[in-house]
Amino acid sequence: MAESGFRGLIADHLVYEYNKESSQRLRALDDVSFTIRQGEFVGLIGHTGSGKSTLVQMLNALMKPDSGTVYYDGRDVFEKDYDRKALRGKVGEVFQYPEHQLFADTVFEEVCFGPRNMGMDRKQTELSAYAAIKKVGLPDECFDQSPFDLSGGQRRRVAIASVLAMKPELLILDEPTAGLDPLGRLELLDMITELNRDSAMSVLLVSHSMEDVAAYASRILVLDKGRLIYDDTPAEVFAHYEELQKLGLAAPEMTYVMNGLKAAGMDVDTSALTPDEAEESILRALRLC
Amino acid sequence: MLRDITLGQYYKAESPIHRLDPRTKLAATFAYLISLFLFKNPFVYMIAGGVLVCVIIASRVPVRYMLKGMKSVIFILLFTMLMSLFFTKGTVIWSFWKLRITKEGLSQSAYTGLRITMLILGSNILTLTTTPTRLTNALERVMSPLKIFRVPAHEIAMMMSIALRFIPILLEETDRIMKAQLARGADFESGNLFKKVKSLIPVLIPLFVAAFRRANDLAMAMEARCYHGGKGRTQMKPLKYARRDAAAYCLLIMYMALMIVTGLTLKSTPKTEALPAVSTNMISVSSDTLR
Ligand SMILES: Nc1ncnc2c1ncn2[C@@H]1O[C@H](COP(=O)(O)OP(=O)(O)OP(=O)(O)O)[C@@H](O)[C@H]1O
Ligand SMILES: [Mg+2]
Repeated sequence: MAESGFRGLIADHLVYEYNKESSQRLRALDDVSFTIRQGEFVGLIGHTGSGKSTLVQMLNALMKPDSGTVYYDGRDVFEKDYDRKALRGKVGEVFQYPEHQLFADTVFEEVCFGPRNMGMDRKQTELSAYAAIKKVGLPDECFDQSPFDLSGGQRRRVAIASVLAMKPELLILDEPTAGLDPLGRLELLDMITELNRDSAMSVLLVSHSMEDVAAYASRILVLDKGRLIYDDTPAEVFAHYEELQKLGLAAPEMTYVMNGLKAAGMDVDTSALTPDEAEESILRALRLC
Repeated sequence: MLRDITLGQYYKAESPIHRLDPRTKLAATFAYLISLFLFKNPFVYMIAGGVLVCVIIASRVPVRYMLKGMKSVIFILLFTMLMSLFFTKGTVIWSFWKLRITKEGLSQSAYTGLRITMLILGSNILTLTTTPTRLTNALERVMSPLKIFRVPAHEIAMMMSIALRFIPILLEETDRIMKAQLARGADFESGNLFKKVKSLIPVLIPLFVAAFRRANDLAMAMEARCYHGGKGRTQMKPLKYARRDAAAYCLLIMYMALMIVTGLTLKSTPKTEALPAVSTNMISVSSDTLR
């Protein structure tokens, strides 16, 4: 943006309370601040009810914080004359269980909904819808099927495609892999990584799975009871695996394996997070002795 | 957004009123509403108002919360008050153009306002201090003698409690779907009426799908647990009268007796011919507001 060189998103001291009017007020977000630079792949983890979904809904202005604000490309998105519809095209959000939002007669129509709303012309709309459906790995036969006739996993892909078709600069995924089979999960995450790498799309991945965020994200945010307690690289965050465990979160399996080996006297690198890294580190340690 | 609409607006608190058996509260509310229509005399209203204030204090529901329930009926309240202010015949004390305020109109309007306010606050106490489940339970018990006339009391109560249970869930679902479509660039605000209605299609279809899915799941879950209607069914928390309910009934009877004695002995207004027509009119208005 012209007025400031910063490209990306800034969350600035976000606070939000549910049930403000009643006897059971609930502080879902408590002074949360962070930035996502253009092209980054950020993971967001937290226990059930820690406020992840609440937080991500503020990032594309679907919910207004009680105090604090969100800046996108240097502009306050809650400003009165800010074009929030355009923002939602740039900050695409895939909701938790997005398959429940489908409504159109055919898969193709469904995916065209987003780009058409963004004001693309017909040709652009159809081209980007086609590309998005291909990208999420749906077979050609699906195009003219009713989304309601697909399986749960395929519906999930349709919903993701419908957001991808808007060509977002920042893609937010709220637990995209919940309920998918192991293979579908890997495919989906690989697809997202590919988008992040090839088209420089920033990604914010909300997940319960430490393995997923550890393997894919370059930075991790940890929410606990509405407060942001860590904002660091995966290796740094998972070095606190004992604290994480107290919050009801686990570190990736490999962190435990490596810390166990280290405690047993083997000189391994405890910051290894994926099986491959662990293997390499163990082999190196074995060769040394 | 949509979650702000409260239905069955239960306010959670620890209070003697909350702990009463819902049947007691139902009976007391009913009796109270009737008592408001028995007599028209300032002393009676003072007693009714005083009792109401005591109960509100005892219920530990914040006054602000109580009055929130009044907001939705304020228009009807004002309208009825203005109607009786200007259209009651009697001795004119002020007039302007075609509008006339009479002495009788003034008192009539005050009575109407008081009556409707107390009526609504009185029934609000019931819904604020009783969970919908307990309320439908009580209704089922109260209706159960009607079973001899083949009134399906259990089924009616079951349908009511399921409906009550589903309203907040569906509101939440609507909220979620609307947000999901907003995230895909849907626009529910701009455009003409036709466009606005059309923009709701992406909300309504998933909502209906979700409602049917939920209904299906619920039916299946109920069947899996061998639900077979009301016959021979027992309850996990059966309604049981306690000592405090007996006390409450005693207080209620005393209140009614006091109202009747006061109403019969302390007659302040000898003029009563104009009353019946107006008060039946008021009953119909107020039963509307209760719905
Ligand atoms: N519409 C709502 N009304 C009231 N409270 C809510 C609402 N939505 C969420 N909450 C509460 O706010 C807190 C945070 O909820 P949120 O959905 O953001 O959690 P989450 O981290 O996404 O959890 P999950 O991992 O289960 O999806 C929870 O305690 C939840 O009960
Ligand atoms: Mg969530």
